[in-house]
Amino acid sequence: MPKWDEEFFIEKGLLLTAVSSIIIIALIILFVFKEGIPAIESTGFFSFLFGMDWAPTKGEYGIFPMIIGTLGITVLSLLMAVPLGVFCAIFLAEIAPSAMRKVLNPTIQTLAGIPSVVYGFFGLVLLVPFMRLQFGGTGFSMFTASVILTVMILPIIVSVSEDAFRSIPLEYKEASLALGATHWQTIKNVIFPAAIPGVITSVILGMGRAIGETLAIIMVAGNVVQIPSSIFDPVRALTSNIAIEMGYATGIHYNALFATGIVLIFMIIVLLVIANYLHYKKKVTMGGGYL
Amino acid sequence: MHRIIPPKISQKIMTGVFWASGLLTIAILLVIIGYVLLKGLPVVNLEFILGDPIDSGRSGGIFPFIMSSIYVTLLAVLVATPLGVGAAIYLSEYAGEGKLVKLIRFGSETLASIPSIVFGLFGLAFFVIYLGFGWSVLSGGLTLALMALPTILSASEVSIESINKSYAEGSLALGATKWQTIYRVVIPAALPGISTGVILGMGRAIAEAAAVLYTVGAALMIPTSLMDAARPLPLHLYILATEGLSMDNAWGTAAVLVLMILIITVVTNTLVDRYRKKMMGR
Repeated sequence: MPKWDEEFFIEKGLLLTAVSSIIIIALIILFVFKEGIPAIESTGFFSFLFGMDWAPTKGEYGIFPMIIGTLGITVLSLLMAVPLGVFCAIFLAEIAPSAMRKVLNPTIQTLAGIPSVVYGFFGLVLLVPFMRLQFGGTGFSMFTASVILTVMILPIIVSVSEDAFRSIPLEYKEASLALGATHWQTIKNVIFPAAIPGVITSVILGMGRAIGETLAIIMVAGNVVQIPSSIFDPVRALTSNIAIEMGYATGIHYNALFATGIVLIFMIIVLLVIANYLHYKKKVTMGGGYL
Repeated sequence: MHRIIPPKISQKIMTGVFWASGLLTIAILLVIIGYVLLKGLPVVNLEFILGDPIDSGRSGGIFPFIMSSIYVTLLAVLVATPLGVGAAIYLSEYAGEGKLVKLIRFGSETLASIPSIVFGLFGLAFFVIYLGFGWSVLSGGLTLALMALPTILSASEVSIESINKSYAEGSLALGATKWQTIYRVVIPAALPGISTGVILGMGRAIAEAAAVLYTVGAALMIPTSLMDAARPLPLHLYILATEGLSMDNAWGTAAVLVLMILIITVVTNTLVDRYRKKMMGR
């Protein structure tokens, strides 16, 4: 039965393409760990993660200030992007007239597609001098970086939350309106609570993007390895550390940068596990961008 | 519930707040795109697009970088499309809901969320050093393929799953085998969605700089083979800006990138619109 054979091989071939993502992830983890582990071994797990000094010339590899830098930038940008993004999503799903939606949706898609380097350049040329004038210092700071990141993660939060608001059954809304609630009361008491898992997913995805962003942050954050005492201090993120120093790193220094990559992979996997735990079946909208 | 503000008033206030956040989001985008185009477009002319860079890009054009971008992006899409579409067909047409499928989904989600600089690390350790491809179009393109894969996979899967089941059932009832049905009925019907996914993956590859920073090199010449070093546009912009080589050329490069993304967005939207109309029309 030649037909059966053909079907059989095609199915196995397709299975092979499907398994490719697992193989790739395994390879990435294997190679990043293989190169990174020696640095963690020679520095010691705790003094690598919680060490305060990063001085490759002296052989000190502590990444704690950069963990704080990454988390600080991420939290600040979420504080700005989540309220604006969720409100914008409700606006798109519930309030905007359809003509307006036709303008806003492609707008947000474009916002998602613009290269991060362009945002970084925009920040470097316009935002940094502005911050210098307004708040003093050099203008390169944790705050400047988080403003740029806010713009970058807005599209993810808007598109994924909008999906969540749209997927609420119409009956919920109709029932609430029929009981005499205003549209805002309906949004606040019915639609929003029902959409919370999706909204949280959007926040986690935005967080993942914020943690992973590299070059845009390098261009505006100042990249000083220190624990910031105010949000207007320069900081260095984990990602920036890799990109800045990989060009000339050798020996254990080279390994330490891969070890920084291990920490990043670990952070992302924790976020993904949380997102999966929420059981929100996310829909990838056309043009929804990154996941 | 303490009702401090009467419902009718809170309704009016909140409608205002929603409108404000929608308009603010548009304003932010228009300011950024507008400013980049305003500063960049005066620099962009035929000489800039088709010219060679002079003095490391301080003046002259960006033609080698446009070609670099096209080469690495094409390579990325050529490698990622068969893998992504194949995986999408398997997941939506063959696989059940077993452990393997969960693992595949988790793999593709992880791939989609791993920071681009980590892809860069992997590309450096695996393609550049371990496989010995060096700093080249090949190493950079393959690294970008890994990043484009999950985008193509998920968009294709969504589009294949949205195909009306009766199409496939009709074909199977006529005696076609499963693969004949997929090849002749399911894939053609899902093609607009799949192409949207491919274009989105392309957009991701064109825009990426961190992943190619240590995989593709930073050549100033047009690459003539897969093993040549190259310098895609985002990387060129990054080098121009951080080394302070030329602000004018940096704005010009940024404008070219923004125009490319605008074109990609318009094309995907037109495709999706046409697809919707076709599905509604019949």
